Amino acid sequence: MSADTLSAPPRAVRFRGALLPLALFALLAVVPFVAGALGQPFYVSLFTRIMIFAVAALALDLVLGYGGMVSLGHAAYMGVGAYAIGILSFHGVDSGWLQWPLGIGAAALAALVIGALSLRTRGVYFIMITLAFAQMLYYTANALSTYGGDDGMTLWGRSSFSGLVKLSDARTFYWIVFAVLALSYLGLRRVVASKFGRVLRGCKENERRMAAIGYNTALYKLAAFVLSGALAGLSGVLLANHTEFVSPAYMSWVRSGDLIVMVVIGGLGTLHGPIAGAVLVLVLEEVLSKLTQHWWLIFGPLIVLTVWRAKGGVVRLFGGRA
Amino acid sequence: MDPILLAVQTLNGLQLGVLLFLVAAGLTLVFGIMDFINLAHGVQYMIGAYFAATFTAVTGSFLLGAALALPAAVLVGVALERVVFRHFYGRDHLDQVLATFGVIFFLTELVRVIWGPTPLSFPVPAWASHSVTLFGGATYPAYRLFIIGGGLAVAAGLYALVARTRFGMLVRAGASNPRMLQALGTDIKRLFLLVFALGAMLAGFAGLMAGPILSVEPSMGDNLLILAFVVIVIGGLGSIQGAFLGALLVGLVDTLGRSFLTDAVKLVLPASAAVDVGPALSSMLIYVLMAAVLIVSPTGLLPAKGATR
Repeated sequence: MSADTLSAPPRAVRFRGALLPLALFALLAVVPFVAGALGQPFYVSLFTRIMIFAVAALALDLVLGYGGMVSLGHAAYMGVGAYAIGILSFHGVDSGWLQWPLGIGAAALAALVIGALSLRTRGVYFIMITLAFAQMLYYTANALSTYGGDDGMTLWGRSSFSGLVKLSDARTFYWIVFAVLALSYLGLRRVVASKFGRVLRGCKENERRMAAIGYNTALYKLAAFVLSGALAGLSGVLLANHTEFVSPAYMSWVRSGDLIVMVVIGGLGTLHGPIAGAVLVLVLEEVLSKLTQHWWLIFGPLIVLTVWRAKGGVVRLFGGRA
Repeated sequence: MDPILLAVQTLNGLQLGVLLFLVAAGLTLVFGIMDFINLAHGVQYMIGAYFAATFTAVTGSFLLGAALALPAAVLVGVALERVVFRHFYGRDHLDQVLATFGVIFFLTELVRVIWGPTPLSFPVPAWASHSVTLFGGATYPAYRLFIIGGGLAVAAGLYALVARTRFGMLVRAGASNPRMLQALGTDIKRLFLLVFALGAMLAGFAGLMAGPILSVEPSMGDNLLILAFVVIVIGGLGSIQGAFLGALLVGLVDTLGRSFLTDAVKLVLPASAAVDVGPALSSMLIYVLMAAVLIVSPTGLLPAKGATR
């Protein structure tokens, strides 16, 4: 956002800044116990889903919040990861050792090709092009009649890891997704604090200046885009395992927009912001959809108001920072 | 290749291209002058179709229905500009994307509440429901010819408006340097509103023309919006001529690809595989075209003069 994010914060602020992420992860950690105590296993499933989207929102924040690249097609990489699982499962390959790396790799490859083409452009062109390529993947998934076409297809089951862990157990799966989210968060913290991360933020502030002092900015941005695509692919892998179903709807542009909403409402350019955003948006969706079937009438204006009035997302309300 | 089928599909492509142009022209005008990206433009097109279907059913006449639907669509556009969009001029493109995204949710749901989720019936007007015989014995629905003719007439009118009138001069000046235009004493807020109303009218017109041949449903704007983006990217942001060229290219490539690509793939692959690969490839074709244009010229084929964005 501003130049001050480039320098290290003083110790007191750093401590206060760590409180909110800790509180978020603590909240996510007690969910299975609270759900167990209340006899509401549904909450475990809901928060599994929330954490899966939090991983995708984190991935998007790397390019959006740190790289300044407005990608309006990030659901596509989630979809590619999910479809890799679905297609492998369809052909009888259910080993997670194979499925997961292939899912992540396929998403990274898609991000590499799309990123290399899209990053030739900037500004609004970039927004439209990332959206258009995501639509291309969406229609391609629709046309795959062998794999369910526009109806999508049900998986044979969740990935198997040589009997080491049973993903079919809801709680086990919850903790695996929790671990993936925590590791993604910690990993990205290191990435954005590294030289790579600082060059990336430098490109966002003033790309021409970064290029003038000798950085190959296109390469840095592409690397961030591919890393982000791979992480979104991982969240797609998790989503396919969670729902045991894949469909083109995973890649729809509304889904991509939802991810941006999560990142921006949570707090752009902070890493706990997207997690808070995913929790907030999906819990709100759950609560509002219980109230009325026309909950979009409330949610739409809420988005407009948040963007208009609350710059910096909800995490800024707590005075926290990355 | 069957020449009659080719002729019919070319006309279909032309008809899609004309509709795309009407939607893309509004988008590109609004973007070129206000630097504002309006994702809700597709919803405005959808609302145009709903108004036309309703007013046609009430009045019993397509032309009367259209004459009522057009100002109603403009009114919705103006209301959107006054209530929401004007607060987002000069903001980040990201904020504009999000705000218009919220508007899409709201309006789509509102349409669902008012008209219900099922597609609306909107018959082709009786005076255009026959088929016209073309050269070589091919027949073609008269209404689709009416769309092509009407769309081309509006395109010509728009060109004359932008190239020959004082309003058009301001529009062109605004596209190349809005700040200078304001410094020279033009009421830029009024100009913004007028341009937005013009865009809303074009989208509404596209919607009311497309209503009888497409299904009038809440999601009808989504697909067209994204095709319109492809058109604008190919043609060059902010350029009306670019939008026209891009729209015709996308319309023709998409339509011809869908009807002939599967057969072409059958020449290379076994028929069973071609049935899967053909449709997938043909739905990718316009995006491949877009990528190709970008590799050659990252700002599109005919970018607006003086536009640096």
